Amino acid sequence: MTSAQLEIQIILSLVAIACALPGVFLVLRKMALISDAISHSILPGIVIGFFMTQDLASPMLILMATLTGVLTVVLVEYIQKTGLVKEDTAIGLVFPSLFSVGVILIARNAGDVHLDVDAVLLGEVAFAPFDRWVYNGTDMGPKSLWMIGTILSVTICLLVLFYKELKVATFDAGLAASLGFTPIGIHYGLMTISSVTTVGAFDAIGAVLVVAFMIVPAACVYLLTTNLKKLLLGASLVGVFASVTGYWLAHAIDASIAGTIATVLGLIFFLVYLFAPGKGYFSQWYKIKQQKTEVAMLVFMLHIANHEEEKERNINHLQEHINWSQQRAKKVVKLAMQNNMIEIENEIISLTAKGLEFTTKAVSYISDNKNSELEGIKQKFFLFRG
Amino acid sequence: MIKEYLDLLMVDYTLQIITLGTAVLGAVCGMLGSFAVLRKQSLLGDAISHASLPGIAIVFLVLGVKNNNGLLLGALLSGLIAAIFIKGIISKTHLKSDTALGIVLSTFFGFGMLLLTYIQKLPNANQSGLEKYLFGQAATLLASDVWLMSTIATIALLVVLLFWKEFKMVLFDADYTKTLGFNVKFIDTLITSFIVIAIVMGLQTVGVVLMSAMLLAPAAAARQWTNSLAKMVLLAGLFGAVSGVLGTAVSASANNLSTGPVIVLIATLFVVFSFVFSPIRGLLFKQIKLWKNRNDLKLMKTLSFMYDIVKTHENISHPHKIQMLNNFQGYTRKSLKRLQAEDLILLNKSNWSLTEKGFLVAKNLYSQEL
Amino acid sequence: MDDEIPKIAIAIDDLTVAYNYKPVLWDIDLQIPEGVLMAIVGPNGAGKSTLLKSILDIIKPLAGSVTVYGKPYKKQRDLVAYVPQKGSVDWDFPTTALDVVMMGTYGSLGWIKRPGQKEKKLALEALEKVGMLPFQNRQISQLSGGQQQRIFLARALVQNAAIYFMDEPFQGVDATTEKAIIQILKELRKAGKTVIVVHHDLQTVPEYFDWVTFLNVKKIATGPVAQIFNDDNLTKTYGINYKTSITEGKL
Repeated sequence: MTSAQLEIQIILSLVAIACALPGVFLVLRKMALISDAISHSILPGIVIGFFMTQDLASPMLILMATLTGVLTVVLVEYIQKTGLVKEDTAIGLVFPSLFSVGVILIARNAGDVHLDVDAVLLGEVAFAPFDRWVYNGTDMGPKSLWMIGTILSVTICLLVLFYKELKVATFDAGLAASLGFTPIGIHYGLMTISSVTTVGAFDAIGAVLVVAFMIVPAACVYLLTTNLKKLLLGASLVGVFASVTGYWLAHAIDASIAGTIATVLGLIFFLVYLFAPGKGYFSQWYKIKQQKTEVAMLVFMLHIANHEEEKERNINHLQEHINWSQQRAKKVVKLAMQNNMIEIENEIISLTAKGLEFTTKAVSYISDNKNSELEGIKQKFFLFRG
Repeated sequence: MIKEYLDLLMVDYTLQIITLGTAVLGAVCGMLGSFAVLRKQSLLGDAISHASLPGIAIVFLVLGVKNNNGLLLGALLSGLIAAIFIKGIISKTHLKSDTALGIVLSTFFGFGMLLLTYIQKLPNANQSGLEKYLFGQAATLLASDVWLMSTIATIALLVVLLFWKEFKMVLFDADYTKTLGFNVKFIDTLITSFIVIAIVMGLQTVGVVLMSAMLLAPAAAARQWTNSLAKMVLLAGLFGAVSGVLGTAVSASANNLSTGPVIVLIATLFVVFSFVFSPIRGLLFKQIKLWKNRNDLKLMKTLSFMYDIVKTHENISHPHKIQMLNNFQGYTRKSLKRLQAEDLILLNKSNWSLTEKGFLVAKNLYSQEL
Repeated sequence: MDDEIPKIAIAIDDLTVAYNYKPVLWDIDLQIPEGVLMAIVGPNGAGKSTLLKSILDIIKPLAGSVTVYGKPYKKQRDLVAYVPQKGSVDWDFPTTALDVVMMGTYGSLGWIKRPGQKEKKLALEALEKVGMLPFQNRQISQLSGGQQQRIFLARALVQNAAIYFMDEPFQGVDATTEKAIIQILKELRKAGKTVIVVHHDLQTVPEYFDWVTFLNVKKIATGPVAQIFNDDNLTKTYGINYKTSITEGKL
């Protein structure tokens, strides 16, 4: 591994963490698409900043681009407030127009500006090690490493300082306001951080893929935990892991580094989506299947308990009343038998003592809306559980 | 510049083709975009257009040639897969729609980038021009492309006309539509499919990055001018077509400008103009109404102050000194004149008196407050 | 024919409904006689709207069946009209009051066929009935809450059904509208129609309705208001002691 390769991986990892931290809050606050909007609409800011400084890593450029990022948020919120269009339409109107302004600015000044739209949109981290910061004749390392490092440090400092406020404002905006934190301050702070990070990250990974770095790690971890600290840590780890893996994969197939990392992130998300315990696809599928059976059992038991008349309890007329197919009805009856809930005499179903106890408890919990207790007795009475 | 362009348009066959193409595209996008906006699915278009990139790249990799229709088919498939993924994430996990859109948009686009850069480094480099799908290049439209667009546009128009009643009802109240016995899922799928087709159709001209604006902007502008769905759809089609034509004209006469951004900016101008100047919903109109209300309120306050003075006298038209109003800060010479113009008071040099009408209005003001 | 026993308009048999496999309605048995004006009451989350929606086949039940005059709902759609909750639609939708009421005719028109003069006439008549004729060309967002509710009622009236389902028609409407709506509902009952209303305001139940169903996930009680609208059933349904509150009007 050459030192340039190492530097690229460090830069990518820092970018991944810097994006993942605000990303967690964006996902939790249901504002994921604001990052999409910001990532597109910083373009005119970058172009104007670049006109002024001719340097993609200058603080002036970062300032201008951050301003356009925050302007996007302000514009979106203003349009939403007018009520002229629906909320998501407001986002969809603002960022393409700002982005277009940027593209046209570049094209109109193509002669003087060595700035490529593709470069902003797609980024190229491979060149990062060659743009170095030389101070008093000493090589301090790549400029972008310093830039993203600074942004990350500031983000972490703010996160630590305002952790409690962020947490309360994210999970309960009303409470935050009553406690005296201003959700608006937190909101715009977060928006500013998101903008700054996007600006700091675009020349490494490109504006569009900043969205992947912000949203995907947070979404992955959110399927595994809802603990805020674990979310922040986990999202950072996923980001770093995807960056390093993506880098070497891109190296192997000679393709865009940022594109490959986004692909790796997509694959990680897909795997988590399928296999996450509790919230993943298979787990949900299993849970739903089990719940289907359990609910069917409950319905059946309540039906038996509710009806004194023998015609409602006749095993051959069950499907007419509950409106189930023969097959399903048989399955449920069999299951109930196996669980010692019912007994059948002369084709008439009646509850056993255990069945009666279960149904009586279930009825009282259901009418009091006590779902957790209901789960509890299911655990206790259903033998097929656990 | 406009005259030059028009002269060129008369003789240049390619320019005619391109202009026709963008006009048709704009009209279809505006029309179908109206449905997207009203269904609150504005950003679905953004996700699907970004997500079509890997489809284009894979078809190119497999076929090894730039067959336009093939590429569009690839885009269509990849867009539909993206739509299925988004739906799957929303229905199967607790992640919200914004996160689902963000995930699919960015990872599909990233995968597309991976493939594109991979293709560019292949030796048999017949790949130039794939980048045009990022921002669109109307100049590459061929007569056959425009034929395809027009065919799709005609089909879309026919479907919208045929199912107009059903579309309108599902957009407004899907549950109610279900109780009347209509298959809401079918209608829903039909609308979504046509929106995806419109997006794919526009990729070559407007590009994946900006395609969503092409759907939204004309519809958002049109909504401001009318309260009828039919008029909104027609107007959105018109705005879209005009944006398309103007955008092509500008980008063709300025050297080397991508068409996408120019069309989007022109469509945005329509939006801004509509937001401000629409006589029904416009911000300017609302502001004027607000000022007028505030002014009226001030006048009424003055009037009720006068009423308080007058009601202690037996003769309501007894004149009073204007100085008496000095304690009350809300009056100006202008507001007194307006009250006189409306026959509510009489001014006589430094005196004022309430008219019969003014007295009644002020009295009513009181009873309303109570 | 025996006139003493009223026909059953809606028969619900062992109906169980679950959202994401969480129970919302449990083993409901309910028979609604023809010609009643019935309130469904119960606390929030009791499944009142869900009951309507599963009768109307908007939600698929997990078990049980619903029949409308002895046949499945799918075959009897013409007999049923539905007034959804006012908040369930986007009132900023670009359409007029008349247009919304016209939608009531779409069911009998079927696919693709467009409404004509006949349908327009029906819609105008319904608008007149709810006192909204002067507002026919208003955009629906420019109507007050009460007026919007009247438009929804007119849309159902156009269907000229035998059974009317209404989901909280008095939510957020002014007193005049409330009186006007209940007047129309009483006229419907006089004409032999069956009207089923999800209702919130317990105070007005005895005044407005002649039949009531108490619901809280399970059916608590159903029958004539005069017989079963009492503290006992209220307490069972709401889980609070209603003895004093209802008689002293503190609700």
